[in-house]
Amino acid sequence: MSDGSFFQRDRDWQPAALTPQYKTSLKRSPTHALLSMDSSISERTGPTFNQNMLGELDNDLVLNYAKDGELPVGERIIVQGRVLDENARPVPGVLLEFWQANAGGRYRHKKDGYLAPLDPNFGGCGRTISAADGSYAFRSIKPGPYPWPNGVNDWRPSHIHFSLFGSGFAQRLITQMYFEGDPLIWKCPIVSMIPNKGGIEQLIARIDMNATMPMDAIAYRFDIVLRGRRSTMFENRLEGN
Amino acid sequence: MKPLDYLKESPSQTAGPYVHIGCTPNFCGIEGVFAEDLGSTMLNGQTKGERITVRGRVFDGTGTALKDAMVEIWQADAEGLYPSPQEKRGQADENFTGFGRCPVEQETGEFVFETIKPGTVPFNDGRPQASHITFWIVARGINIGLHTRLYFPDEDNSADPVLGRIELKKRVETLIAEKTGDAEYTFNVRLQGHNETVFFDI
Repeated sequence: MSDGSFFQRDRDWQPAALTPQYKTSLKRSPTHALLSMDSSISERTGPTFNQNMLGELDNDLVLNYAKDGELPVGERIIVQGRVLDENARPVPGVLLEFWQANAGGRYRHKKDGYLAPLDPNFGGCGRTISAADGSYAFRSIKPGPYPWPNGVNDWRPSHIHFSLFGSGFAQRLITQMYFEGDPLIWKCPIVSMIPNKGGIEQLIARIDMNATMPMDAIAYRFDIVLRGRRSTMFENRLEGN
Repeated sequence: MKPLDYLKESPSQTAGPYVHIGCTPNFCGIEGVFAEDLGSTMLNGQTKGERITVRGRVFDGTGTALKDAMVEIWQADAEGLYPSPQEKRGQADENFTGFGRCPVEQETGEFVFETIKPGTVPFNDGRPQASHITFWIVARGINIGLHTRLYFPDEDNSADPVLGRIELKKRVETLIAEKTGDAEYTFNVRLQGHNETVFFDI
């Protein structure tokens, strides 16, 4: 069983803290070297969440904020995939939380003043817990792209934010999912902080026609990889520990 | 040669300014979707241990408190056991979640946790670690979540194996909370600049 220490995080695969093209990072990025150390029990453990906490519509953003008999505007989508670790093994019991803009690219948040209107039937939040095979799914509408104040004319590609809890707190991850074929992906300063093209492609969900529901909703497949763990079988332990 | 078939961890992306929508929707006025915001309550009346309040703010390199950060904590119970299936040393207090999540207050930038003082837990070689709380901080402009720890000013931290690895001893102070009241500790996090907090690659 993998419940040992975590594989070293590949900092060359992850974005750096300081990415000048994303201006807000300039004064929010640590300048000292991180203190590197093997994870202890404080990071190998983590909170667990079970299905009882979920409401029936938690994974249905189409309905979970809609008024009775009404629906949000936009392209109906299903997002599904698996949570795996770096050993390519499924990670069950992962709490996934999602948030996104509406079809016009507007968030239901007082800090968002974009011209596009709020949708009275769309809240933009959802969550689910991965199954024994690591699979998860939710239903939503495709978020719109939107402009943001960074460069004079920077636009975010359509995206959904994801937050994930693995089996240990060291696996904690927040990321974003993009949509296959969106030309704005390759113009985005937040995307381009990811140093490898392969890393960017890892965050692009693919259209999955086999999972698409005819006359209903287009499916996108998005697999997410959390840090891998070593097996404890041969780990150094003091006698009796 | 055939390559090893490991996968790569998905790249992190910033939590952005609207992290509340997904993580604490009730806090930002999206009510009726989730009954309560995750991590808002760590205790109940039966929780064992000394009640404490942990508060603080997260400062950027200009000394300004962030107004859009989200702070999460993870800690052992009063006996030093984690409420997690990975905890093999015993059964943690069933009345303690060990996990807290707090969006900073949108005017003052303050986070507050009502929790208990954690017990000590062992390091990998069996030495005790001083009582501590694990912190994880995300915000707009933070590209990958930052791990750090809070230690207590009224505990003996001198033999802690993690603090012992900090080369510049002056920087150890950045991980020690200040006692600011009866059972109240203040832990300010500085992302850069003077007294930059020690962050972990763990």
